Amino acid sequence: MFVVATLGILASMTLALVRALLGPTVYDRVMAVNTFGTKTVLLIAVVGFLAGRPEFLDLALVYALINFIGTIAVLKFFEFGDLGLTVRLEREPD
Amino acid sequence: MEMVLEVLSWISICGGLFFMLVGTIGILRLPDVYTRLHAAGMTDTMGAGFLILGLCFQAISGMMHDHPSWWTVLVRLVLIYAFLLFTSPIATHALARAGLAGGVEPWTNERGEG
Amino acid sequence: MLRAIGLGLALFVFWLALSGHYTPLLLSFGVLSTALVVFISVRMGVVDGDGVPLPIAVRTVLYLPWLMKEVFVANVVVAKLVLDPKLPISPRMVVFRGSQDTDLGRALYANSITLTPGTITTGVRGQEFEIHALSAADLETDEQSQMDRRCSRVERG
Repeated sequence: MFVVATLGILASMTLALVRALLGPTVYDRVMAVNTFGTKTVLLIAVVGFLAGRPEFLDLALVYALINFIGTIAVLKFFEFGDLGLTVRLEREPD
Repeated sequence: MEMVLEVLSWISICGGLFFMLVGTIGILRLPDVYTRLHAAGMTDTMGAGFLILGLCFQAISGMMHDHPSWWTVLVRLVLIYAFLLFTSPIATHALARAGLAGGVEPWTNERGEG
Repeated sequence: MLRAIGLGLALFVFWLALSGHYTPLLLSFGVLSTALVVFISVRMGVVDGDGVPLPIAVRTVLYLPWLMKEVFVANVVVAKLVLDPKLPISPRMVVFRGSQDTDLGRALYANSITLTPGTITTGVRGQEFEIHALSAADLETDEQSQMDRRCSRVERG
């Protein structure tokens, strides 16, 4: 049963990757990578059951948080072009 | 009792896989970022929800076999879903806002009315 | 003081649930780490109505089952739309008015809207919620006003 679940998740991960490669705008790609991450969390959990090692759930828990923070960081970078600086300095003329 | 749990677990996992695949098909079929976000939200809520529910049934079935760590497994599964439930709308909102700020026009139906 | 004790209890229950080892030595470590976190939180001054919203947390948990039911119904609707060969969607942007007074209530309402597939909050300005909807059917005003009312109830008690 877990094998079926693993294969299903892998199939939908592949489809999400297709969108990440096709995506016309950068936001499409970020969204595809975000769903890819959600599916990775589920994949880790299911593989933990498949292998009979419940410790995998800890990894899934941590990955869920990292995935969220990664998405927000990338979005912030594309929105402001910077990760920490809130007040942008005047750019010097080229 | 064990049989019932097994069947429930199967149904939930298959339902989760169904919603996840439909969400991913939606990501491929729908025309622009904002509409695709709806489909992605489907994967995050019901796809993950039913899959984790199915795994929860498995953990409860493990309890019947006196598996020592069933309780922590259940707690972790619920926590994973809680994190997904809290973070998914925030990421979706941030994506939609970043898209609007980045000047991506929402796609509209030519007829205007649905 | 009461809030600090509540936070400590919640954190310790969390620790117990995640630990799985219940020997006296490890339990004392748990108590120590909980006490350390509560001490740091008190020193940081985050143990107040916004940082540790215990009554609101309880009401939010009571609100979740209804939300999950709504999410399930909306999921089925969106799944039907996606699987329809003609793809009968008509996305649009609309503005709602929410009746929440506090930022927390507004965040709860906005997140509830986003969590329901078919509607996404794209911006909140004061009490106005800018929403992107997948189709006209997702904008059933009856359900939206019910969600609005329930969120306000969570916020006010």
